[in-house]
Amino acid sequence: MKSATNPQKEMEKQHKNPVENLIAEKYKYGFVTDIDSDIAPKGLNEDIVRFISAKKNEPSWLLSWRLKAFRLWQTMSEPSWAKLNYAKIDYQDAHYYAAPKVKPDIKSLDQIDPKIRQTYDKLGIPLHEQQQLAGVAVDAVFDSVSVATTFREELAKAGVIFCSISEAVQKYSEIVQKYLGTVVPYSDNFYATLNSAVFTDGSFVYIPPGVRCPMELSTYFRINAAKTGQFERTLIVADRNSYVSYLEGCTAPMRDEHQLHAAVVELVALDEAEIKYSTVQNWYPGDEQGRGGIYNFVTKRGACRGFRSKISWTQVETGSAITWKYPSCILQGDESVGKFYSIALTNHFQQADTGTKMIHLGKKTRSTIISKGISAGKAQNTYRGLVRIQPGADQARNFTQCDSLLIGNMCGAHTIPYIENRNKQSYTEHEATTSKISEEQLFYCQQRGLSAEDAVSLIVNGFCRQVLQELPMEFAVEAQKLLGISLEGSVG
Amino acid sequence: MTNIVLDIQNLHVMRDGKKILDGLNLSITEGSLDAIMGPNGSGKSTLSYVIAGHPNYQVTQGTISYLGQNLLNMSVDERARAGIFLGFQYPIEIPGVSISHFLRLIYNSRSRQLGEKEVDSFTFLKKLKELRLQLGISEDMMSRSLNAGFSGGEKKKLEMLQMVLLRPTIAILDEADSGLDIDALKIVASTINQQRQQSKSIVLITHYKRLLTYTVPDKIHIMSKGKIVKTGNQDLALQLEEKGYDKVIKAPIAGSV
Repeated sequence: MKSATNPQKEMEKQHKNPVENLIAEKYKYGFVTDIDSDIAPKGLNEDIVRFISAKKNEPSWLLSWRLKAFRLWQTMSEPSWAKLNYAKIDYQDAHYYAAPKVKPDIKSLDQIDPKIRQTYDKLGIPLHEQQQLAGVAVDAVFDSVSVATTFREELAKAGVIFCSISEAVQKYSEIVQKYLGTVVPYSDNFYATLNSAVFTDGSFVYIPPGVRCPMELSTYFRINAAKTGQFERTLIVADRNSYVSYLEGCTAPMRDEHQLHAAVVELVALDEAEIKYSTVQNWYPGDEQGRGGIYNFVTKRGACRGFRSKISWTQVETGSAITWKYPSCILQGDESVGKFYSIALTNHFQQADTGTKMIHLGKKTRSTIISKGISAGKAQNTYRGLVRIQPGADQARNFTQCDSLLIGNMCGAHTIPYIENRNKQSYTEHEATTSKISEEQLFYCQQRGLSAEDAVSLIVNGFCRQVLQELPMEFAVEAQKLLGISLEGSVG
Repeated sequence: MTNIVLDIQNLHVMRDGKKILDGLNLSITEGSLDAIMGPNGSGKSTLSYVIAGHPNYQVTQGTISYLGQNLLNMSVDERARAGIFLGFQYPIEIPGVSISHFLRLIYNSRSRQLGEKEVDSFTFLKKLKELRLQLGISEDMMSRSLNAGFSGGEKKKLEMLQMVLLRPTIAILDEADSGLDIDALKIVASTINQQRQQSKSIVLITHYKRLLTYTVPDKIHIMSKGKIVKTGNQDLALQLEEKGYDKVIKAPIAGSV
């Protein structure tokens, strides 16, 4: 394949798979230089932390912050309170740094798991996007770069900063330093501390005062976003009276060789600013027997620092073998608002322990929690949430609704709400339901001509409607399809 | 000539180890209106479920053929797409699924089967409006969740709307008249009559002859203890009304099976 000698064969090949050939050609010219050395040796110690910081040419404040985190992390142990069951992770048996343009071990989509490809097709993802998602080396081949450039220019006009966090550390060091670790401190928890020590990249967003970000921001448009790695770090700052909607991830399954993911996302909303953060997470969930799959331990937190600040988290979690994730809001500013809308779907042997924390500090703060958990196969799905109203949070309100839907008899749903109200003028409401997709609902839909799988998907989408309508339109449509796909094989 | 749409021979059916249908025979011809009457527990609803393919009923003996095909080999949705419609006595609620979305989904699924083009939402909504007005269904109902919190009459009208949209070859309507006021009853009856004019076969499962005064069946079958025990014309319904099931079932009447 590398040296095509017969021109006619070459033509045929090009006809069949132009990308494969293009990449082969690049190899001919030695496109991939000797960058293997950009992978740090296995294991984690102070030298590795220094190595990462040096590779990224970081200022000394950041290195010392990383080192503080690392030293603390060494004294910490993994939390075990979640309702999750998994083999112990060997933190020394992993690489903690690989240069972003790692040597592509995938030359064409033909080398991707056919199941993942089927999913791409079902989601209707265009070929070049599929290649990008799958990690096929297609740098500069398609026009995605120019799209991204146009996109950037428009943002620049509005004064919005949207770049990788590595770039931000170089260019906007003072903003990063001012906010990094102020919402999720390096000492926060085992995974966040690990992330603080070894994070390699992620996104940075800054919206200046009074600016309404002219478009939904999505990592897809960020240059060189293809491989952010397993310790992603994202920081979004919305200055006074600004607005931004940020979309994380995408609905297509991500090919990823790392099993452990420990991301940190920090949001800061100042006076009357609003941040809407939407996630669709569809990493590899493992196979039907529960082999493989991503372990996803994420710390996401937003601080409503100002008067009437607003932060809403909307998540659709269908991937990963293990999900440990509690996007939270600290409602410091008076009359600030926190929202959490979640769909967590687990099938086969997936386990999810997810929910939110709403910490009411300011007066007249309000929070809303809508959680929809769906379990199928032998999966376990736990909602774990904390609503805390501090003594100074006069007239605070919370509304929580947790609904669980079970498909089949082998799965589990659990709801663990913690409610701590320390202010007599404030009140909380909590509603929870558990239901099953009934045989009669299925029969009714099938009697109208829908296949069993379409019927399940329809019923599940109906169940999730409240959350789906919070997603940006385009995202919602894909998320609906995704719910159906994720449940395949869940009905006999 | 008269073609047989559905042919049931010697049907035996169990549910949870209990025999419910016990050697039932029934033939439905194209464009005919048949009424099945009978006391509670005689197996009328079971018959409709078995024809539709409900998984909780086991056919232990007998055959059902539909347009010459072995119906028992087909899944619930295959039967539906092939043109068998069951109007439910108690339509099932599906929260969060809007009616208009559901209707378009099932309409297009049937269209594909019939080799017709799927329609876009604009064309569909136009069609839906026309049918909706005929049935006296209000527009705001279309955005509500399927069957959730509906009155009995609303649910039954919605079943009729689905029947018309799905253009079935045969529709089995289980207690289509229960819970209807007189206006709704007339609407249901006229919908049934329209279907008949289009050579669709209709099987009405009913307790009372109320509906049968607005839409006169070609045949009336009386069911008892899991089989059809008598078949006759409109007179049979009148006799039932006068004498009750017990006497009619026992009496030897000319023109019975």
